[in-house]
Order: sequence, then structure tokens, then C-alpha cells
Amino acid sequence: MSVRTPLPRWVDVALLPALNVILAFLIGGLIVLAVGQNPLQAVGIMIGGAFGYGLGFGYTLYYTTDFIFAGLAVSLAYHAGMFNIGPEGQAYVGGLGVILVALALNGLHWSLMFPLMIVAGALFGAFWAFIPGVLQAKRGSHIVITTILFNFIAVSLMSYIITRILKPEGVQSDESAPIDAISRIPRLGEFIGLFGRSPVNLTFILAILALGFVYWLVWHSKFGYAMRALGHNPTATRYAGISSSRMIMITMALAGALAAMVAVNNVGSVQGRLILNFVNGAGFVGVAVAFMGKAHPIGVALSALLFGALYQGGQELAFSMPGITKEMIVTIQALVILFTGAMGDMLRIPLERLFARGATESGT
Amino acid sequence: MTTVNTPSQGLETASASTPAIELRGINKHFGPVHANRDIDLVIRRGTVHGIVGENGAGKSTLMSILYGFYTADSGDIFVNGTKQNITDSRHALALGIGMVHQHFMLVENFTVLENIVLGAEDSAFLRPTLAKARAQLKQLATDYGLEVSPDAIIEDLSVGQQQRVEILKALYRGADILILDEPTGVLTPAEADHLFRILRTLRDEGKTVILITHKLREIMAITDEVSVMRQGAMVKTLETSKTSPTELAEAMVGRRVLLRVEKGPASPGKVMLEVKNLVVADDFGIPRVKDVSFSVRAGEIVGIAGVSGNGQSELLESITGMRDQTAGTVFLNGQPLSLDGDDGAARARAAGLAHVPEDRIRMGLITAFEEWENTILGYQDSYGSGPGLSIAKAKATAKEYIAKFDIRPSNPELKTANFSGGNQQKIVLAREMERDPDVLVIGQPTRGVDIGAIEFIHNEIIKMRDEGKAILLVSVELDEIRSLSDRIIVIFDGQIVGEADPATADEGALGLLMAGVTEQGHSPGPGTLPDHVTPIERNLTEMSPKDNSARDVSP
Repeated sequence: MSVRTPLPRWVDVALLPALNVILAFLIGGLIVLAVGQNPLQAVGIMIGGAFGYGLGFGYTLYYTTDFIFAGLAVSLAYHAGMFNIGPEGQAYVGGLGVILVALALNGLHWSLMFPLMIVAGALFGAFWAFIPGVLQAKRGSHIVITTILFNFIAVSLMSYIITRILKPEGVQSDESAPIDAISRIPRLGEFIGLFGRSPVNLTFILAILALGFVYWLVWHSKFGYAMRALGHNPTATRYAGISSSRMIMITMALAGALAAMVAVNNVGSVQGRLILNFVNGAGFVGVAVAFMGKAHPIGVALSALLFGALYQGGQELAFSMPGITKEMIVTIQALVILFTGAMGDMLRIPLERLFARGATESGT
Repeated sequence: MTTVNTPSQGLETASASTPAIELRGINKHFGPVHANRDIDLVIRRGTVHGIVGENGAGKSTLMSILYGFYTADSGDIFVNGTKQNITDSRHALALGIGMVHQHFMLVENFTVLENIVLGAEDSAFLRPTLAKARAQLKQLATDYGLEVSPDAIIEDLSVGQQQRVEILKALYRGADILILDEPTGVLTPAEADHLFRILRTLRDEGKTVILITHKLREIMAITDEVSVMRQGAMVKTLETSKTSPTELAEAMVGRRVLLRVEKGPASPGKVMLEVKNLVVADDFGIPRVKDVSFSVRAGEIVGIAGVSGNGQSELLESITGMRDQTAGTVFLNGQPLSLDGDDGAARARAAGLAHVPEDRIRMGLITAFEEWENTILGYQDSYGSGPGLSIAKAKATAKEYIAKFDIRPSNPELKTANFSGGNQQKIVLAREMERDPDVLVIGQPTRGVDIGAIEFIHNEIIKMRDEGKAILLVSVELDEIRSLSDRIIVIFDGQIVGEADPATADEGALGLLMAGVTEQGHSPGPGTLPDHVTPIERNLTEMSPKDNSARDVSP
């Protein structure tokens, strides 16, 4: 039995995650070494591919946009004491809202279409998260279970809707009709030459705004106060007269709305149509992003950027070093998630000991 | 596996004049906190030795060092005259030191016998151990008056009986020196008396008893010698017969303390809070409050006395909107109060009812929040006009309360968990008292609070009364109920079984009422005492911080 001394804040926020990432890369490097490739060269290609040139950086930011929204959807619910594993499904269903409004008003200028797609996507995503919220608030069904299951329901439901209803006659692939070019959210490359033809678009700006909004909501609003109270101590929340059932339902709806912005990024801009399984795991990455980012908007932004870089750099790597297969890149990404998420606190106790010892030595 | 010692093993070599325990120059740090500084202590064999001190004085740390939970940074421990380096509790037990914890360490669904042998089995086969233990238990029971049925299931026993099992556990393991940490916190007066009789017998049989407590009355009643600790240091050791509660309190706090509550007569006005035919069930749907009706007038304090677990918690929670009512109505200032839904507490507050909950950690505070955030808990909607929270306004309020209630440290941005129990309680009290409520409902106002702060809190409560507020008070401390209340209601098994005038009520009669013995001579007997302690109450007893030394420091 000994008393644990908490780590200094900078260690908790910066050093610990950095060490975790380095550890993940070290083990990833061993795997690269094991298949007879040069790990240093691989890292160089990954970093260069993600940040080294405009087009690559544009792709990195495009993935980052998705991960920011998915990460915020998890983080927001986390502050209210809920583990939302459903951004994947919420984003997918949000895509339905985006495409419905886009096709209904196809040809409208993007400046009008953009907000409409945001609202429609948000409503659909919110609805998809609201149901687990109601089940939790009114029936006590655990949010982890329900959001996981709602991911599956979303896959089946959306498959049906895309292949049976939205797919136009005579089209081979499983996707909806396209949105007119004028209605699509423009790429940043149209304003900033650096990004070229990369898919990063105005939704990235929306993601930055969302980070600020979540920060304000959680730490500077009455709603956020109630949310954090609920997350820390449900009994004290009831004591304070805050309705936890109401908080759970609203928070989940907000989280779903945030997740749905992934659909705005993809359906409303890059693809310009609703494609089967377009979310492609971004919602699940959001869970890792939120945990690595400690559910704080700045942390979410940084870890989303890391995962964005891993995605883009990994594709570049698969392209440049044929000896490293796509599966190997998934393995490296998985290692990062494993070390930063599931085993994120592995180094905490050794670090605490180290810093506690340093503190007593300098203190006496 | 530790072998079971015979009770007197290790005594042969030591002469009668050797102290049972001698501590020399004990020091212990937790990070920057100096929890024990140069402690010297001699505990004579065959005595009951009391150790008193405020929360954070270092009593529990010192005993934990003796019992092998912590290792001292420096200093020596002598047990029966021999220097020992106690490494863990098994080692302490082997030396004949046994500990009865404040929170019982019993397996609820095991029998008494099974609990006693747990961890001290002789072999892989349980039967011979149980048979041996049964015989030994019988012997211990006759020797020390520790009667407990060996085959009873722990959860069916009263709290007092469970404590006896803890003592038996220690004795069975050969304890010669028994440490009891705040043993009477959960007992009725009658049970406490029984415990004291047991302790006296133990002492008369040659055992040494160390009693950690903050109740001076118990020190005076049972101990032979008493040591006072303050801020990690040993202030003095006194012979109990040659000291007084006033002297001890002064030594504990370091200044003069008023032990008696000074209050004038009440001048009750109109009925402010009225409870009619209230029925409340606990989390498992079992009725805990059974058709209770009473009223509280403006300018009076009504105290509810009862052994913990008799429905007081549920009563408070339902009146304040934290728990659904099965039947009945609560009237505030003549108006029925709608408390349905999980936001009933907000409506109660809006109607002028403030609530200091029994368990500040579990209900009244969010310890992960900064101090200023807890200052507005329940009142957060009045900070800022739109959806935004006016943090500046909230911090201003926090600073105002910190100054007014002398909350320390005076930093509103410090995490609430880093405040000591007494200061945490002050945060709650300031928040609830300063909003000018009509009715104040207070549960356990001074649980885990230091003597100095108790005085302050009691005076604030009296001040509220004199301002014409209606105050409903629940406390397991009968002394507190008696000294603060203008009227006492006794609750037993969810029903009001009597009312008493604190000026004339005699403690014995109140104790009998609290134990469910009514004037008709009906006695439910010790086996059926109302000790179906709810999980909530179990948590309640666990929250009271034993040692706040690590909390009192600002980072």
C-alpha cells in the first residue's frame, strides 16, 4: 500500500501519449524489420507521405476531419459518463440525411446546400444516437451494448436503402445518384493551391469550429456543467436537481449529430454520392482518437491528426514499398491504437514512481 | 500461512513492567505531507489506551505503521520490549497485534465461524479447522462475554454483533494487543455500552486495548490513559482520571473549544415543512419509511434520532426530491411539493428547501470538480442568462463563501477532493445556507468533521434557526441531536416511535426508543435489531474520511 502521486500535467497530456506512440512505432518497426524491410526508410516514407507535400497533406487533413468528428462524438458522450461506440452507425445514417436533402434540392449552390446538408445529416445522426439514449435513460439498457448493436442495424438498414431504393437504374456499383458539382462542398484546393486535387474540403473548417464548440459546450455552458456533473457523480446530479434522463438523451443526440458530420465530409463533398460502407471504420477510429486525446478538444485534434497521418502515410508506404503490404500497415495502425488506447496507462505507474522519486529528492 | 498463536504466546519472556508497545521517534511522510513526526508513545500492558486527535492528526497513519500497513520512514517499534520491524499485517498478527477496522472486513454471506477461520485455515481441509475454531470460540465467548452464534450468517447480524465477530477474529489469531479504529461510529448507545463492557473484560484478562476515537466521552468512559495527537505530532499522554474533556479538546485543537452548544430558547412560528403519511421504498423496493407524518415550524430545529438504517436516509432523500415517494405528500409553506421525476430536487430548491446531504462525497459534492463549481451545484442555472455559464460570477460567489465560512485552502480553483472533510462540509453548508432558504434539511452535519469545525457548524445551524428558518436535522450522533434540537423525533424501522424534549429526555430512554423498545414493553430482542443496513448506508459509513493528511495540502 502506498500513496500514488499524480503526474505533472505536461507528462499526462504530452509525454505519456508521445511515449505510447513511440513504443507502438518501435514494435511496428520490429515487424517491418522481420519481413526484411528497412524500418527507418518506412517511417521516412510515412512522414513524407503524410506531411511532405501539399497533396499528401491534403489527404491527411481529409482523414483528420473524419476522425475529429468521430472523436468528438465519443468525447462528448464520455463527459456525461457514457461510452458511445456508435459513431460508425451514426455517421452512416447521417449520410442518408445528407444525400436526401442534396438530391431533393440538387443544383442548389453549395453555399446554401452546405448548411442544409449539415442540418439534415445532424438530424439523422442525432436520431440514430437518440434511440440508444432513450433506451439508456428510460429502460437502463447499457449504452455500450445498444450503440454497438445500432452500428449493425445501421449497416443492414443502409445496405437495403442504398441497394434497393437509392441506387439508380442501370448503375452497377452500390451507390446513390450523384450530387451536381455546383451543390458539392468545395475542396480547399480551390481556394488554396497547395492542396491541389486532394479531398480536404470546407468541412475541415467545420471540424475546427466543432472543436471550439465542444470546448465551449463542455466547459463554459450550463449544459456542459450538468453533463460533467452527471459524468462524475450521478447521485450528486440528482441531488442538484439535474434530470439525468434528459441529459443522457440530449447528449447522445448531440454526439450523433457530431458523428454525422463525417457524412458531410464524405457524401456532401468528396464522393458527392452515398456509397455503400462509406464510413469505412472512421467511427471506430474515433473511439481511439477520443481516448488518446483524453476527450479534450485539443487532444482530439492532435490525435485525429496523428491517425490522419497514419492513414495517409500508410497508403503512401504501401504504394512505395511493395514489401510492406496493406495488412502490415493496418497492423501498425492497430499497434498505435493498442498502445495509446487500450494500454495507454501502461507506462503511467512507472512514470509516477519516477516523478515521485524526483520530487522527494528535490524536496529534501 | 500464519499459524494460530495461543493468546499468551510471547508474553513469557516479557516482565509485567515492560510496555506492550513502545514507539520511538516514528516519522512518516506522504509526499510533502509529514503525517507522523517524531512520535514517541508508550502503551502499558493491560490497559485501555485511547488515542484522540482531529482528522488528519495522524492517528490512523500511526496505527497503520504499527499494524504493518505502512512502513515508517524512521523510528523504532518495540513490542513487548523487543525491537521489531513490522513488514505486513501477518507479521503484526504473529506478534500478537490485532486490528478491528472501522469498516468491517467480513464476508457477508459466510457464517461467523467461516469468517473467523478465513485466512487462518490449518490445512486444505476445512472441517478440522472449523471444529477447532468452534471449540475455541466457545472458550473466548465465555472468557470475554463475546457471545455470537457461530453458525449465524454475517449479513443477518446486527452491526454490534458483526463488530464482535471482528474482535473474535483478532483474538482467534492470537491477538494480545487489540487496536480498535473508531469502533462506536455505527453502534447504538446500548451496543456501545456492551462493547465497552467487552473491552473492560479484555483488559481485566490481561489484554492491551488501543482505542482510536474522536469521541471524548468514550475516552473518559473507558480508557486508562489517553494520548493526544495534533498535526502529525504527539501532543501529550495523560492519565484519563486526571484530565477532563475540555483539556483534551484543547490539546487536540490547540485552542479553547466550546464543547457545549450555546443556544437560547426557540420561538417557533408557523409550520413551514409538513410531511403527511409518507411511504418511501429503498432501491430494492423494500419500504423503509412507513407512513410517517410530522411537521417543522419556522424557527425550530427538529432532530430525528435513530440508529442508522432505520429509514432516516430514505426520509431525507424523499423530502428533498432525491428519491421517489410511494405515497404521501410533502408540504412546503402550506403548498404541496411536486417531487416526481429525476429533477424533483430542482423544484424543491426553487420552492425554498435547501439540503445538506448526509453523505457529502456521494451526494453533496462532485469531488472531481473545482471548488467554485461545487459552490453552484444545484444553483447552476442562475449563473448566466443564456445557455452560457457565468464562470466569473460563480467564482465571485465561491470567494465570498470561502471568506465567510473560512474554507481552507482559500483557492476556489482547487479540486474539491483536495479539501479536508471539514472544509468540504463547509463548502456544502455555505452553498445551502447562503441562498436564504425557508427550510433547511441537514443530514449528519458534522460527520468526519474536526472539533473546531463542529463548533462553527453548530453555531451556523443555530443562527439559521434564530433567523426563523425551519430546520430538520438527522444525525447518528445522539449528542448532536440532543444539543441542537428543540424537539426530537425518534425513528425506528421506518416509523416514528416517539417524541422527546431534549431538555428533559434521558439518554437511556432515548436509546431504548431507538432500539425499538416501546413503552408497552415490546422488545424485538437483539437478534432482530434493525440492522438491515442498505447499500447506501454501507457507502455512507465508508465515506467518512479517516485520515485527511494527504488532502490538506494544496498543490
